[in-house]
Amino acid sequence: MLSKVAERVYWTARYLERIESTARIISIYDKLLFDLPRDVSLSWYNLIMINSLEKDFDERYSVRDERNVVKFLLGDESNPSSMLSSLKAIRENIRTTRDVVLEETWELTNELNLYVQDHLQQGINRSKRHEFLDNIIKGCQQILGLLYGNMPHDAAWDFLRLGRNLERADMTTRNLDAGMAAILQLEDDDAAVNSHQIIWGNVLRSLNADLSYRRCMRSSVKGDAVVEYLLANEAFPRSIEHCIEALIDSCTHLPNSKTLVTYLRKEKQSLFDAVDYEELGPQLRECLNQLQIMLADFHSHISETWFPKIQ
Amino acid sequence: MTIAWNKYPIGEFYDEIISSPGRARKPAQKLLSYLKSLDKGDIASRKLAAEATIREMGVSFTVYTEEGNIDRAWPFDIIPRVIAKKQWDTTSAGLAQRLTALNMFIDDLYHEQRIIKDGVIPEFVLKQSANYRKECEGISPAFGVWAHICGTDLVRHTDGQFYVLEDNLRVPSGVSYMLENRSIMKRVLPEVFEVIDIAPVGDYTSRLFDTLVSLSPRKVKKPVVVVLTPGIFNSAYFEHAFLAQQMGAELVEGSDLVVQEDNVVYMKTISGLERVDVIYRRIDDLFLDPEVFKKDSVVGVPGLMRAWRAGNVAMANAPGAGVADDKVIYAFVPEVIRYYLDEDPLIPNVETFLCYDDVQRDHVLKNLDKLVVKPANESGGYGMLIGPHSTKKEREKFAELIKANPRNYIAQPTLALSTAPTLVGNDLAEPRHLDLRPFILQARDTYVTTGGLTRVAMKKGSLVVNSSQGGGSKDTWIVDTEGDRR
Repeated sequence: MLSKVAERVYWTARYLERIESTARIISIYDKLLFDLPRDVSLSWYNLIMINSLEKDFDERYSVRDERNVVKFLLGDESNPSSMLSSLKAIRENIRTTRDVVLEETWELTNELNLYVQDHLQQGINRSKRHEFLDNIIKGCQQILGLLYGNMPHDAAWDFLRLGRNLERADMTTRNLDAGMAAILQLEDDDAAVNSHQIIWGNVLRSLNADLSYRRCMRSSVKGDAVVEYLLANEAFPRSIEHCIEALIDSCTHLPNSKTLVTYLRKEKQSLFDAVDYEELGPQLRECLNQLQIMLADFHSHISETWFPKIQ
Repeated sequence: MTIAWNKYPIGEFYDEIISSPGRARKPAQKLLSYLKSLDKGDIASRKLAAEATIREMGVSFTVYTEEGNIDRAWPFDIIPRVIAKKQWDTTSAGLAQRLTALNMFIDDLYHEQRIIKDGVIPEFVLKQSANYRKECEGISPAFGVWAHICGTDLVRHTDGQFYVLEDNLRVPSGVSYMLENRSIMKRVLPEVFEVIDIAPVGDYTSRLFDTLVSLSPRKVKKPVVVVLTPGIFNSAYFEHAFLAQQMGAELVEGSDLVVQEDNVVYMKTISGLERVDVIYRRIDDLFLDPEVFKKDSVVGVPGLMRAWRAGNVAMANAPGAGVADDKVIYAFVPEVIRYYLDEDPLIPNVETFLCYDDVQRDHVLKNLDKLVVKPANESGGYGMLIGPHSTKKEREKFAELIKANPRNYIAQPTLALSTAPTLVGNDLAEPRHLDLRPFILQARDTYVTTGGLTRVAMKKGSLVVNSSQGGGSKDTWIVDTEGDRR
C-alpha cells in the first residue's frame, strides 16, 4: 500500500470521528446548560477549551457567546478543525484514495458535503440545530457502517482503525478533562451534588455512553465510576482501554510495528498505574494531560514508521 | 405538454436523430417514440435526477480561472446520440486500421525512418516536429506499439460520413465521462434500456488493464500497474482517480515514485519500496523526467527515462508517441496507412491545407475568412482561428503567424458538424453541434470502444465542444436494428 494513500485513509478516519464527536458535543451542550443551576457559570466557550482552540478562536472573535462558538466549530472555513473544514478534508482525501476505499464512500461523502453546505445556517441558528446535527451524525455513521460491512480487512482497514481509535481516545480524554474542570469550578454547597451528577451525565452522553454505563456499572452517575468506566472498561468502544487495545491490534497487522506496540503497552501500563479513582481532581487532570501527550507522540511514531518523507 | 418534435428545426446539417419533421432515423425511432411519451414534468424530473446523480457521483472537471481552480459539475444532456451498429462496425475497423498504421509509423520514425527515405513524408516535417523526441531513438517498446491509448476525434459531415478530425496520441482524456454518462443514463432513463438494444460500454477499464498488464517487462503473475497523475489540480484528475479505482491500480504522483541506481522504478509503500512494472502516465512527455526533459518539473520522476530505456518499466503511452499527433503529420495519415498496410483508409481525413507548401499557403491566406487555422501542436482547441467567426484584426494576426512559421500551421474548411436534439429548458429541443471521441487500445490486440464520448457545443450555433470552453456531453448509443428484439 502506498504510504501516501495510507496517510490519507488514516486522516479520513480521524476527521470523520472528529465531525461526529463535534456534532455530538454541541447537541448535548445546550441541554446541559438548561439543567445546571443558574449560578453555575459554564459557558459555551468551554467547547473551545475542550478542543484546545482558544488561540484560534480569540484571533477571530471577541465575543465568546453561543453563536460565535457554534459558528466557529461548525461553519468556519478558516478554522482547520471546524466541521466544514474536516468535511472538505475528508472529501479531498477520499477523492485521492478512491482506489482503496469503496466507491460508495465517495458518493456518501459528496451527499454529506452537499447537505452541510445547503443547511449550514440551520446548524448555527438554534431552532433547527438538533435536526441538523442529527443528520450529520447519521451521515457519519452511514459512511462508517458502509466501511465496516464492506471494506476488506487489509492494510487500508488498519489505517482506518488507527485513525479512528486515536481520534476517539483523544476525544475521550478531552471530554473527561472538561468534566473534571467544570467540577472543580463548582462552589462546595448543597447544589453541588446535583451539579456533579448533571456534569458527569453530560460527559457520558457526549460520548454516547450513558446507557451502557448504567448497565455495566450498575451505579448512579458518580465521578469515580464514570472516570473508571471511560478509562478502563474493556468493552466500551470509546474507552481509553478499548481504543489503545484496538490501536495495538491494528499495529500488529502492519509491517515494522514492533516498537510501536511495545511503546503503547508500556504507556498504557504507566497510565493505569498512575490513576487513582478515589483521588480525582487535579491529579486526574494531570493523568489526562499525560495521556494526550502520549497520543500526540504516538501519532508522530505512526508518521515516521509508515508515512516517511523519504527522497 | 410534450416537446413539439414536428417543429424541431433541422438545419442544413446532418442531424443524428431527426431525419425529417417529426420523424427519426431508423436506429433512433424507438428513442423518439419514448421521448414523445414524456411530458414537460417528466422531462423536468429526469433532468433534475441527472443533475443530482452527477453531483452525488462527484463527476466533475476542473476549470482554471484567475480566482483559482473550480471543480465544476459535468454538463450533461439527457437526450442520447444514436449511431447504427452497422455503421459503427465499419468506423471501428477504420479506427483500428488507423492506429495500427500510426504505431508502425512511430516505430519506423524512431528506427530506420524508411517512410522518409522513401520520400513519402519530407524530412523537414519530422525535423521540426515539436513532439519528436531524439531521446527515444532506437528504443523498441513491446509489440512495436508506442501509442497504446488513443482518443480519436471524429466528426460527421453533411454527407452522413464520419471523418477523422484529429488523432490524440499523447494523454487523451474523456473515457471516464463516457462510462459515467452511461451510468447516469441507466439511473435516469432505466426503462429505455429494456426496449432498445444498446451496446454496453462497461468493459473498457478491464480491457485497459489487460492492455497495460501485457506491457510488463517482468514476466510475473501480477505486475504492479500504476496510474501516474500530475495531481489533484489537473483538469482530468477525476478521470485519473476513476480509472485507477476501476482497474484496481495504484494512483500515484511523481513524489510517490523513485528510480534508484539500478534503473528500476519503485513506489513508496508502508512496507518500504516496491517495484513498479507498468506506468499509465497522464503527464506530458516534457514533464516526465527532470533529468532528461524540463529540469524544473515537479510532477515527474527523476530517472524515469533511464528506467524506461533500460527496459525495466513500461510506459503507456510511450514517450515520443506524440510525434504522430502533429497536425502536419495528420495530413499525411492516409498516405501512412497506404504505405505500411497497403490498404485504403476506411475513414477519410478532413481536407487539410499545409501552410509550408507555397501553393497551399497562398490559398489559406486568401481564404482566412472561410477556413479554420490550427497550430500543429496544440490540443484542447487552443490557439485556433475560426475564420467565419473572426475579426479582421484576428485574421491579420494569423496571417503574420503563418508567414513567420508556416510549418507550424494547417488550415481546414469550416466543418459542417452534425447536430442532435439537445434540451433547452424542459419543453424545447434544439439542434446543437457535436463530435465523437472513441478510444482505441492497442498492444498485442486492438480494442475500440463501442461508441465513445459525444461532446456537445451547448451554445446555439457554436462549434466548440471542449468542456473547458462551454461544451457538454451526451450518452452515445450504438443500436442494433438488424435483429430487433421486440
